[in-house]
Amino acid sequence: MTTLLIADHDNASLKDATARALTAAGLLGGDIHILVAGKDCAAAANAAAKLAGVAKVLHAEGNELEHQLAEPLAALIVALAPAHDVLAAPATASGKNVMPRVAALLDVMQVSDVIKVVAPDTFERPIYAGNAVQTVQATDAKKVVTFRPAAFKPAPAGGPAPIETIAPSADGGLSTYVGAELSRSERPELTAARIVISGGRAFQSAENFKKYLEPIADKLGAAIGASRAAVDAGYAPNDFQVGQTGKVVAPDLYIACGISGAIQHLAGMKDAKVIVAINKDADAPIFSIADYGLVGDLFQLLPELEKAL
Amino acid sequence: MKILVPVKRVVDFNVKVRVKADGSGIDLANIKMSMNPFDEIAVEEALRQKEAGKATEVVVVSIGPAQAAETIRTGLAMGADRGILVKADGPVEPLAVAKLLKAVAGAEAPGLIILGKQAIDDDSNQTGQMLAALLGWAQGTFASKLVISGENAEVTREVDGGHETIRLKLPAIVTTDLRLNEPRYASLPNIMKAKKKPIDEKSPADLGVDTTPRLKVLKTSEPPGRRAGVKVASVAELVEKLKNEAGVL
Repeated sequence: MTTLLIADHDNASLKDATARALTAAGLLGGDIHILVAGKDCAAAANAAAKLAGVAKVLHAEGNELEHQLAEPLAALIVALAPAHDVLAAPATASGKNVMPRVAALLDVMQVSDVIKVVAPDTFERPIYAGNAVQTVQATDAKKVVTFRPAAFKPAPAGGPAPIETIAPSADGGLSTYVGAELSRSERPELTAARIVISGGRAFQSAENFKKYLEPIADKLGAAIGASRAAVDAGYAPNDFQVGQTGKVVAPDLYIACGISGAIQHLAGMKDAKVIVAINKDADAPIFSIADYGLVGDLFQLLPELEKAL
Repeated sequence: MKILVPVKRVVDFNVKVRVKADGSGIDLANIKMSMNPFDEIAVEEALRQKEAGKATEVVVVSIGPAQAAETIRTGLAMGADRGILVKADGPVEPLAVAKLLKAVAGAEAPGLIILGKQAIDDDSNQTGQMLAALLGWAQGTFASKLVISGENAEVTREVDGGHETIRLKLPAIVTTDLRLNEPRYASLPNIMKAKKKPIDEKSPADLGVDTTPRLKVLKTSEPPGRRAGVKVASVAELVEKLKNEAGVL
């Protein structure tokens, strides 16, 4: 059996989610090939070759691949499908965008957001915002799977694996990239951070959100997250959102500040090793899953916490 | 231009579901059902495009049991023009849904199809992308902004690092993210008016689609639980416990 893992990368570097999906792919058995498709993405291809358990890196260069547009990337993956039994990707924005397109082109029903590999054709995946876990067996001959990065540890360094250059597919010109507004931050990536500190609506403004959370995040080397309510209110950018439809994180320590604990938020963080909740409402649902709860006013407690660290 | 909006009848987002004791699925007896929240955003966006003169007709389509007609009525009460119900009992997987929608799109010839990015029951996040593949159309997923101009649609997408904007050739597929808009509430007169709007009924057989599931559900179980821990009295106690008891600082 051979698995093709689609790398998530920004051309210059490989996303941590790729190494995590590699660990999941390793549980299927057989050879693993990693596809690094982009533009001027040799650095990302080299990084992929240095992960343990990779048999071969397939490196494709093309203008239309620079921003991982779904149509040309899916066409390339479909062209590689005959030589592979499993097509897999991390369930990141990019993986979620392209893989169902690949699955439909191959007439395969995809298994999304896998959290456990039971057997090479059998997987566990969360449904209903993680309030239930379904065990499914894929009956299609070829499998298309996305792995939830937070459910797997990153694969260690190894290799180096050989890198093979492959031709990109023809670009149909259905879509074109216009531009991006990406958050720039010195902090660790939200989904890869060992510690995450998140804020909710209780912060009352974008200014407070920054003023009270950033100093603590800097001291802890933590990533900053947010509840949907805080993002909807404009206190934090969309890429901070933790939850059912945002990012799923499983850090060693998750500090929820002023977050009540709606079902859809818990779906994104309840697999953290240790959860701390700081909230002025002693009855907030977040306390029912927190290892350590602290009841009180954020604007007083957070500066105290910053000093105590 | 016609806009087609597929909508799904799902367990209301406020309901905390329970797993059946025998592991055969979710207990759906006497549970409140609603339109999938992302689909409400899709209906709203289609209506706004029509109100802005970018579209002439909004058609709502649902695939599901007879009661899915209620979900279509919700869309009609918001302001959609007519509905199509593809009656199918039992689970229909995203791939089969995409095939049914492809057949509907073939008959309706919409210029744009707006779908929710995922249904909050199976959380698959697949149907829009699959439909785009089957139709050979461009896709703009996880949209937080949609601007239609002439032959193109410009879609701003919520991605892992922030926002990205792409231009799609029409006809195209757009899937909605949370912040695309805030759906309107249907007014009472519009709810009354919706009762008179037509809903066309079809079956998967009419559309020539086999909906046999490809995934075998072996088991549905409760996720591992988490218990409430302890309340600490002060910041100092919290830091001490995180250092010495939990060992995470």
